[in-house]
Amino acid sequence: MSDLKTLETEILGAIEAASDEAALEAVRVGAIGKKGSLSEQMKSLGKMSPEERQTMGPALNGLKVAVTDAIAARKDILKRAGIEARLKTETLDVTLPVRPSPSEVGRIHPISQVVDEITAIFSDMGFSIAEGPDIETDYYNFTALNFPEGHPAREMHDTFFLPPDANGERKVLRTHTSPVQIHTMEAQKPPIRIVIPGKTYRQDSDPTHTPMFHQLEGLVVDKTANVANMKWVLEEFCKTFFEVDQLNMRFRPSFFPFTEPSLEVDIQCDRSGNEVKFGEGTDWMEILGCGMVHPNVLRAGGLDPDEYQGFAWGIGIDRIAMLKYGMPDLRAFFDADARWISHYGFRPLDMPTLFGGLSS
Amino acid sequence: MKFTLSWLKDHLETDKSLDEIVEALTMVGLEVESVDTRAQFNPFIIAKVLSAEKHPDADKLQVLSVDIGDGKPQQVVCGAPNARAGLVGAFAGPGTYVPGIDVTLSVGNIRGVESHGMMCSERELELSEDHDGIIDLPTDAPVGTRFADYAQLNDPVIEIGITPNRSDALGVRGIARDLEAAGIGMMKPLALPDIKGNGACPVEIDLSADGASEFCPAFGLRLVKGVKNGPSPKWMQQRLKAIGLRPISALVDITNYVTFDLGRPLHVFDADKVHGALRVRRGNGTEEFLALDGKPYKPTNDHFVIADDNGPESLAGIMGGEVSGCSDETVNVLVESALWEPLTIARTGRVLGINTDARYRFERGVDPSFMEAGLDIGTNWVLELCGGHASEAKIAGAVPKPSLIIDFPFSEIKRLTGIEVVTDRAIEILQRLGFGVSGAGDTVQVAVPSWRPDVFGKADLVEEVMRVNGINKIEPQPLPALDSVSKKILTTGQIRTRNARRSLASRGMLEAVTWSFIPEAHAKGFGGGAPELKLANPISAEMSDMRPSLLPGLLVAAQRNADYGVNDVALFEVNHIYHGDKPEDQKRVAGGIRRGTAKLDGSGRNWSGNSAPVTVYDAKADAIVALEACGLDTSKIQIETGGPDWFHPGRSGTFKLGPKITLGSFGEFHPMTLETLDVSGALCGFEIYLDAVPEPKRKATKTKTPLVLSSFQAVKRDFAFVMDKGQDAATLLRAASGADKKLISNVSVFDIFEGPSLGDDKKSVAIQVTLQPSDKTLTDEEIEAVSAKIIDNVAKSTGGVLRG
Repeated sequence: MSDLKTLETEILGAIEAASDEAALEAVRVGAIGKKGSLSEQMKSLGKMSPEERQTMGPALNGLKVAVTDAIAARKDILKRAGIEARLKTETLDVTLPVRPSPSEVGRIHPISQVVDEITAIFSDMGFSIAEGPDIETDYYNFTALNFPEGHPAREMHDTFFLPPDANGERKVLRTHTSPVQIHTMEAQKPPIRIVIPGKTYRQDSDPTHTPMFHQLEGLVVDKTANVANMKWVLEEFCKTFFEVDQLNMRFRPSFFPFTEPSLEVDIQCDRSGNEVKFGEGTDWMEILGCGMVHPNVLRAGGLDPDEYQGFAWGIGIDRIAMLKYGMPDLRAFFDADARWISHYGFRPLDMPTLFGGLSS
Repeated sequence: MKFTLSWLKDHLETDKSLDEIVEALTMVGLEVESVDTRAQFNPFIIAKVLSAEKHPDADKLQVLSVDIGDGKPQQVVCGAPNARAGLVGAFAGPGTYVPGIDVTLSVGNIRGVESHGMMCSERELELSEDHDGIIDLPTDAPVGTRFADYAQLNDPVIEIGITPNRSDALGVRGIARDLEAAGIGMMKPLALPDIKGNGACPVEIDLSADGASEFCPAFGLRLVKGVKNGPSPKWMQQRLKAIGLRPISALVDITNYVTFDLGRPLHVFDADKVHGALRVRRGNGTEEFLALDGKPYKPTNDHFVIADDNGPESLAGIMGGEVSGCSDETVNVLVESALWEPLTIARTGRVLGINTDARYRFERGVDPSFMEAGLDIGTNWVLELCGGHASEAKIAGAVPKPSLIIDFPFSEIKRLTGIEVVTDRAIEILQRLGFGVSGAGDTVQVAVPSWRPDVFGKADLVEEVMRVNGINKIEPQPLPALDSVSKKILTTGQIRTRNARRSLASRGMLEAVTWSFIPEAHAKGFGGGAPELKLANPISAEMSDMRPSLLPGLLVAAQRNADYGVNDVALFEVNHIYHGDKPEDQKRVAGGIRRGTAKLDGSGRNWSGNSAPVTVYDAKADAIVALEACGLDTSKIQIETGGPDWFHPGRSGTFKLGPKITLGSFGEFHPMTLETLDVSGALCGFEIYLDAVPEPKRKATKTKTPLVLSSFQAVKRDFAFVMDKGQDAATLLRAASGADKKLISNVSVFDIFEGPSLGDDKKSVAIQVTLQPSDKTLTDEEIEAVSAKIIDNVAKSTGGVLRG
């Protein structure tokens, strides 16, 4: 029995001393392999007396189990150590910067973003988005909108003209989005609720005017729409767009050929600092023009002004974008300067919605 | 339109404050643009010189002791020759800003004597050019009070913006009328002078020329003989200066004063320089006319002049002439008050480029009924300021009588504004504005006054009542909801636009918005430049032609960015291009360009691998994304080699949908195109016509087709074909897929090889074919059969042979 004890000590010691899987395998073969020391002992069982066998059998088997377990345990330790050692050699510098995702680099222009914001707001009030051509006839840009021939109001529009055609008629670049009012009335019966975002053009170029700019037109025509409704729509729009709870708006009489009565709208604000703050301060800033659709415009749209009525407004998209997001210079909108677009533009996943907020 | 507060109060009795008046003006539609309270004149004090002693160290200076009313005389050193004991003048203490010399005073020391302020000259207070001495006031001027109050220097100047319809408010009296209606005071009656004419006006007026009577319905004239012209009185000069006009002489100042006071432009001729009758007629295009602005004009047949025997003496209703203008020598003067047709005035002024206060009013509409009153008031000023004797008035033509009467149902007010205005209140407002209201009941007859050419119908009357009654009394009312949940509101085109924008931006591109007009050479380089798309009046030659493509604008923008140092830039725009001047010629396009190494994964150098210069394939990938944004199944499109002229012919492609529909193109650019645009660098781009993609078919249900997954393993086989270099991959892929459409689920190109071993004109294209059986596992024989078919198909359509 003492031999057995010695053998046990020897084998377990060898297992413990095995420094890699090959050495451990050698120990395993040397102990419990076909010709291993323990296997040899097991073979000798057959030659023993039954009494001897009765003691030696369990002892040898017990030793075999112990050895097998020890090898498995040692093997596991060695494997872990091996992996650890390998992983150590595989270490990479994770602080190295990776390339930014294209969707984080790309940008939506503020005009497109603001048009999407406007769309989100007006769709909630039951408006559709209408469009019309940039190159218009004199009729749609002026005459149908009740600009009398030769009237000073026409001159104030600084119109871009295209060359006269065979009939001497000159097309124009639309000076406002209002021609779409007429196109819409011609194409659709009331009730009409549309907004028209689009490019407009005036022959004007200075630090605060660009020859191309963007306007948002709105038109509501039905049998009841009135100034009180118009005030509500515009107040709701401005509050929602500028994302403020409180906004003081001032409606005052003005003149546009295509509306009667006509109004201009100012927003109370604080312009003392670098940014414009709404809902506070003592300044009034003009923001939009509006009014009840002129009877002559309804007639031009094929509607009886005693039966139908409505209101319309126009607001500068670039301007409200500047007011909301603080771009200091209108001209930069059209420069396509990558630095400007990256800074003032919007991430493609920042889709304005009412449920998720217009802006993040 | 500018005026002063005291001027307004000539017409309006009111005790309201300046702030209240300003607020009321804006709220009735006469928007106040600025108010100058002239507070800078307030520190000047009326002071009396108690003693004047010679300066001990200077011959021309005196040391004054000045009483400024507080019992503490101030010592002032003064060089004015008229400074003397007992003089009452205007004193400015230390700290006062003196506008005429642009200096803020401090305690001075002049040759050893302290000076605590100064006694001012008229020039120092911008009262006149006079600097010969200090202001010398009557001795009863109240010492110690503000000089500005005494001299009316602090009369606030109010500037309002007048909308084109409100010609009635182009005179102070018209503004007073609106304020009275708004409850700000009571109008003072306008005294109309009763001028006893001394004999008939000897100068004839001839309105018989072609078109004259239409252009000039009426013409009034008086001769005043024996006048003495000179400076107008100080108060008049002060008012004219306050509103930015330069006083010239009494006769001229009178015409300007009446123009702004009553909105009635007048003209004065030196009667001794007028020869024969005054004839209103067309210009003849050859006579040169020297106007009062000192510039020569040649009025044509489209313009009307007032001519005498010598030719044009006045550009009717716009500007008088130098020859017959009034000067200090004028002794006999003709005063003209006439009516001119607004459109002709507007056109003439526009064409000749003359802006005057007279034109401004005549083209907007001057009160015809006030023509004769204006003539009398002007004549009366002449008599009062310059003396002389007036003739009787001569009136040619006839002043039209106002005749517009509008049936006005009071219900219109509620219908259009949403607010109920009590009938009596509405009537009161209209009457105060000068409208005649007759009849009773729900609908009345409203006569429009002669000074309101802007009022035509019911809606105009609603505006009058609304603006005076107060717009802020109208409470906002919600617009009734049409649906409980809003439906889809965007059109297909609008949805495509939005999707294209966000997909392209997701590819790291920056959205630009560029001008719709580009230089002619750029337009021509991209198939544009048609005459009907050239602006007749462009801002500059750089903005002359409506763009036929988004690409030139983007390419130039990329170059601009490169010039700033941003070399690698990816820009896109989704916007309109113009192939003609009709609405259907305006196309909605998504276009984009990449420059330098601005690839999808990033640009420039990087430890993980540097970006290569952009190529046609980068543009192709962007273009396909734009097509996918339109909802198009891009497996259905064909790609043809080559594109429009502005692309590299061998490195560009065109997307087609069937033989007829061109969806767009992509590629690297033609070197000549880049030269035309003056841009350089690695550049590629694309353009997709969003409207060309057919409208998707409406499906009956939203259910997707069932997903069928095969339970048999797919088999992948690789083939490499050697073929001519010019052979395109699309044909190869089509041939391989066509070998067994049911079995072959995918074919992809995984390698292209060119090398000397193949020959100069050959390339090897390696493809991987995926076979996906649906009902049983494929046998080797079946796989071999498909492979043979693939090789056969490819050989037939491309000439390619399996690489050995």
